[in-house]
Amino acid sequence: MVAVAGRGGQAVGILSAYGLRLARKRWRFRAFRKRRELSAVVDRTGRIRGRDLLLFSTLRNERLRLPYFLRYYRELGIDHFLVVDNGSDDGSREYLAQQPDVSLWTTEASYKRARFGVDWLNWLQMRHGHGHWCLVVDPDEFLVYPFCDTRPLRALTDWLDASSIRSFGAMLLDMYPKGPIDAQPYREGQDPFEIAAWFDSGNYTISRNWLYNNLWIQGGPRARMFFADDPARAPALNKIPLVKWHRSYAYVSSTHMLLPRGLNLVYDEWGGEKASGCLLHAKFLHTLTGKAEEELRRGQHYAGSAEYRAYAATLAETRDLWCKWSEKYINWRQLEILGLMSKGNWA
Amino acid sequence: MLCHTALHRAAQVARHLAAQGAPVVIHVDGQVPRPQHERFVRALADLPRIRFCRRFRCEWGTWSLVAATQAAAEMVLAEFPEVSHVYTVSGACLPLRPLAELEAYLARHRGMDFIESVTTEDVGWTVGGLDIERFTLFFPFPWRRRRWLFDRFVTLQRRLRVRRAIPEGVVPHLGSQWWCLTRRTLAAILSDPRRPALDAYFRRVWIPDEAYFQTLARLHSHRIESRSLTLSKFDFQGKPHIFYDDHLQLLRRSDCFVARKIWPEAERLYRAFLAPAGTGPALAEPNPGKIDKVFSRAVERRTKGRPGLYMQSRFPNENWENGKTCAPYSVFEGFCELFEGFEGWLARTAGGRVHGHIFAPGRVEFAGGERVWNGALSDSAALRDYNPRAFLTNLIWNTRGERQCFQFGPADNQAVSWFIATDPNAQISVVSGAWAVPLFRSKANFSELRRTAARLQKVEAGHLEILRSPWTKARVRIWTLADFVENPMEPLQTILDEIVPRGLRRPTEAPRLVDLTGFGRFLQQLRNEGMQPVLMGDFPASDLPAPPLRRPVAARLS
Repeated sequence: MVAVAGRGGQAVGILSAYGLRLARKRWRFRAFRKRRELSAVVDRTGRIRGRDLLLFSTLRNERLRLPYFLRYYRELGIDHFLVVDNGSDDGSREYLAQQPDVSLWTTEASYKRARFGVDWLNWLQMRHGHGHWCLVVDPDEFLVYPFCDTRPLRALTDWLDASSIRSFGAMLLDMYPKGPIDAQPYREGQDPFEIAAWFDSGNYTISRNWLYNNLWIQGGPRARMFFADDPARAPALNKIPLVKWHRSYAYVSSTHMLLPRGLNLVYDEWGGEKASGCLLHAKFLHTLTGKAEEELRRGQHYAGSAEYRAYAATLAETRDLWCKWSEKYINWRQLEILGLMSKGNWA
Repeated sequence: MLCHTALHRAAQVARHLAAQGAPVVIHVDGQVPRPQHERFVRALADLPRIRFCRRFRCEWGTWSLVAATQAAAEMVLAEFPEVSHVYTVSGACLPLRPLAELEAYLARHRGMDFIESVTTEDVGWTVGGLDIERFTLFFPFPWRRRRWLFDRFVTLQRRLRVRRAIPEGVVPHLGSQWWCLTRRTLAAILSDPRRPALDAYFRRVWIPDEAYFQTLARLHSHRIESRSLTLSKFDFQGKPHIFYDDHLQLLRRSDCFVARKIWPEAERLYRAFLAPAGTGPALAEPNPGKIDKVFSRAVERRTKGRPGLYMQSRFPNENWENGKTCAPYSVFEGFCELFEGFEGWLARTAGGRVHGHIFAPGRVEFAGGERVWNGALSDSAALRDYNPRAFLTNLIWNTRGERQCFQFGPADNQAVSWFIATDPNAQISVVSGAWAVPLFRSKANFSELRRTAARLQKVEAGHLEILRSPWTKARVRIWTLADFVENPMEPLQTILDEIVPRGLRRPTEAPRLVDLTGFGRFLQQLRNEGMQPVLMGDFPASDLPAPPLRRPVAARLS
């Protein structure tokens, strides 16, 4: 990496550029060490072909969601799923192992100490993702991009390739039902957005991280309901889930940011709009109640699971994230009009 | 036809063209591996009118593309004597109309050469600023692979004032490499006695495929129609836009003959346009206007974006926003302190949405005391103060189409002062010192009032300094309290006129000023306590009520 001068007045010197290079090497080494925590259940990676689109995911006890998750992404054109199962005991592992396009690893090791799964996935991507477009999502995140109703994911990645773009940003958009979140139980195979059909359209705040050059986005129903008194702790919503992977890349913190940091420039700084998508987040379903309790017990989540503690507290009280200005989801064009995502110059 | 990837699609198109009676000569890029090439040739072996010409290794922006075109063109002219026009297409092109319609079109424009050919002074599309210099500098380094060297070498030549001589009689023209020339013109270009010299010259021109035929056609053609029959759009980086299945209707309505470039997996497009031709030749003129609009909007979105929008893929640096907010809005400072029920009056008179102090310390005072506003903006002061600027830009963005008015004052969070002052969309009207009126009416402990007054005055003075700075771009009006109460309706009318153009809405009532009897005395008391109230202007210290203050002023409004 050549020393980069930061734009907009904040000079980022050679030293910090070198520091980031070391950081990237450290994360990669860490991922390399953590590889020993993974043991393969089924390794079908031999079937991956040169141009295949790969999806990477870590999960725990998501059996209920898996059928729709796999169907959604198969329909978008994902060719192979590489999944780390973190000690599921609800049949997720057995279900995934049967799928012909899934390679599965399992681990009982600490999610937290693998930096919330990032180390494991960094390793798998280093191993299998090199030269491929890789999508890294959780089982409750559903990618929506411009023209996703008429063009497969491959159309997007081909276009990104042709435009010499290596990474594609997709903000996390929290979806929630109207009424108590456990009023309508989610059934296996169902589209979760039939229930969690609503979202906040215009209460997001953005600031820029001058070291990593990524944007830090917060807001949405979680900030509005759970962190209204302490906004700084509201979860980050910026994500860069789709990257033309190179073995020297590394995710730093979830899929919020990457190194080298040029990959984080998924936004335009001079007034224009780059193409971007959204990750519809089907977190707020009836499954959350049980999950929140379990995660609180395990304490394996970010910031001492503060998020889950806040959910448990607030949901016990109000149980409704919906407000009269909530927007009902229709399609990606709606998100684009609302300014949550953009077609950029893809037409 | 020039091909380098997605050969199965090229084969489909070639077969489609040959089936309609057109001879096709194909050039396959020399970089295509032999087995693939052989499979391609075999796939078309059953069609005698498809030929393959000598292969060149093609690299973008180099002579090899011209050489390939020349070889293919020579082969067409030599082997198909009945051919009257030669049309260059690529493997990613797709014919949108039956060949018969193209033939009819060409017959109607007899002897015309369709080739986009524009002088270097007039082209607007060259990316990177190289136009005439394409012809006068040397380009030994490939742009795609050795960008840095390429750029340095250009800079060096500019500094050294290197200039290649352009051959005599040649006037550099640029244009699309997808042309349709008559046999006569093409033959004349290819059999020009000076061709070896011209070829040697163009070999060192940058991107000669966009210049060679376009320039030489000017020497040999009788009638040039300077446009391409191929629909091909370029984005802001000079890279062709790609067509997908969802463009089907757009392409059909365009009435263009050939479109470029098509995504190889756009199955629906290939199936629709390569279907056997239906009825007899239609005579429609190509009309790419609609597609032009779609793509030029895309370019604009990528380069300018939507003003006032801050989002995950548009986060402009300061002063590059192209519109800090997305719509005009009004900021009122000191008005609701001075008029009774000002917010309600303003909403009735000017329309739009009138909020209270949305930057108030306790909570966001949305209109009507709402807890949540458009876009699910929360009234939590903590959320707002976490990023006040984003709060404001969100509010304005979320309420597009409805003018927002809000109150502001020295007791509020001042973090957006600079932002609104430098925003041309802001209309800021200030009655300075009006914050003292509620203090005056509050009858609270005087020493506390005095402290509050001193604090508010300091804050407002700072704010006014910002509004008066040379960087301010907002529409700012400032009156002192004393000046304002002397004649309140005229300033109000001016502000209203700006919000609602005159004549649209007639105010039927005037707002009521609060009772200021004794205000002068109050100020004097502050002075006596050692504070110096200055922002109110000159108020008489006497207790005399100023008569015009309490007179209803409806007459002036009508």
